[in-house]
Amino acid sequence: MANNINDAVKDFAILKQRVNDERLAYLDNAATVQRPKQVIAALTKFYETDNANVHRGVHALAERATRDYEDARKKVQHFINAGSANEVIFTKGCTDGLNLVAATYGEQNIHEGDEIVISVMEHHSNLIPWQQLALRKKATLKYIELTADGELDMADAAKKITDKTKIVAVTHASNVLGVVTPLKQLAALAHQHGAIIVGDGAQAVPHMPVDVQDLDVDFYAFSGHKMMSPMGIGVLYGKADLLRSMPPYQYGGEMIADVHRDQSTWADIPFKFEAGTQNIAGAVGLGAAIDYLNALGMENVQTKEQQLVDYTLPKLLAIPDVEVYGPHDPAKHTGVLAFNIKGLHPHDVATALDMDGVAIRAGHHCAQPLMETLGLTATARASFYFYNTKEDADQLLNAIKETKEFFKIGTI
Amino acid sequence: MGLSKLKGLYREVILDYANHPHNKGKLTNSTNAMTLHNPTCGDTINLQIEVADGRVKDIAYTGDGCTISQASASMMTDAVKGKTTEEALEMAKIFSDMAINKQHSEEDLEKLGDARILTNIMEFPARIKCATLSWWALQRALLKDDKEESNNE
Repeated sequence: MANNINDAVKDFAILKQRVNDERLAYLDNAATVQRPKQVIAALTKFYETDNANVHRGVHALAERATRDYEDARKKVQHFINAGSANEVIFTKGCTDGLNLVAATYGEQNIHEGDEIVISVMEHHSNLIPWQQLALRKKATLKYIELTADGELDMADAAKKITDKTKIVAVTHASNVLGVVTPLKQLAALAHQHGAIIVGDGAQAVPHMPVDVQDLDVDFYAFSGHKMMSPMGIGVLYGKADLLRSMPPYQYGGEMIADVHRDQSTWADIPFKFEAGTQNIAGAVGLGAAIDYLNALGMENVQTKEQQLVDYTLPKLLAIPDVEVYGPHDPAKHTGVLAFNIKGLHPHDVATALDMDGVAIRAGHHCAQPLMETLGLTATARASFYFYNTKEDADQLLNAIKETKEFFKIGTI
Repeated sequence: MGLSKLKGLYREVILDYANHPHNKGKLTNSTNAMTLHNPTCGDTINLQIEVADGRVKDIAYTGDGCTISQASASMMTDAVKGKTTEEALEMAKIFSDMAINKQHSEEDLEKLGDARILTNIMEFPARIKCATLSWWALQRALLKDDKEESNNE
């Protein structure tokens, strides 16, 4: 394990390769990050020594696999400071967790005329489940708008959240605008009106310390693969009393207490929401990723990414014909930098940058209503993780300048 | 510099078609139309065709997209104008086949005219859809295939 965050890159074999004959600068971390050798080793160890199905077997391997799986749950609990390990439900990913809440709590508690409040910067995963729930129930879906700077408009939030509001669902950190939302204040506002709040932590948990009890969120979902776990594992945190009051999401093995011909009863949480064989190795890998992040320290992760933004954002803004979305003050910006080169489509930009070894994302970033609000169809997006370096940032900035030169955009 | 490889994709003629698009606009006597989206980037093409006496009498498009998709729409509309609908459909098939690496004879490829240049898109797998979108729109518009848009073509 790298004992210094600046040495951490050594643990990521994938980052050492060359692409298109150039040094790889992997800057698509908001889509998914890379895994260190420690996480890959944990998976190998699990499959080579402990693999079995959990909770049912009485043999030694089943006991070890169960212990590994439940240890991973405890690691998640402490990582986000949940009150109890039963409040940690393993899911397929953030999308799965948000759909779970909409399909259970939402289905049970939303009625005609109720309001669901989300924000205009939501990823489709925290938008469509609520939009479809509202349509099914004849409820009203309302959007909190942005400030001129691209931050969540809390004055608008205070207007949109009313006594009719039953659910407020807002991202903790935008996957486009690079802003962190005041989720704690939103939770307080929602609770004043008797609503519950759902946080989308996909772009927050990997990058900053998160304390679900301090935020006082009722539900909070995130993905493992954006914080170095294998793909296909995620977490839904929920307050125990709410989880207990909700119907199951899926039916099948592992989630029952007692089954008869005509009726069944359910296991207690978290198992009530974990029907069928779960992604046990994925959970073990997530546990290893949390160990890795804890060894680095989440404050250090946050500081390192902030240093990269402090270095890159002003230089990006200084390139003529480059437009950057979200706040221009680096102190208000996470490591997600969405931008466009005027007169050039972001797909052309992404192809050009790829030829220079720079991996970025181009598209609508699964946030089409936000794109509409910004008057755009798509943007390019570079995003950092703690293993990125100033060299990666310089490679990005140079590649943008070369791209402008190639397509003869403005002055360089 | 890595960008030298870009010249293989963005040849002068492609940049020229994209920057000075041909047949961009709307038709007043459109008989066949199709709108298609590229869900990965939000690009859209709205294609209009005036078919008369079994021929593509006129064709035009509107929409936003990258250099490749704009150049492709521009080249495609030029290539099929005046052709019989059968010929136009055959050209669409040749282009779509190229995009999935099915080989065609030199004679077939010549039928595509300038649009043939974009068949080098195969070296950039992430961009194949940008080039094929307008040809798919052509095919669907001529066949009046307006069932729910599918992305599995």
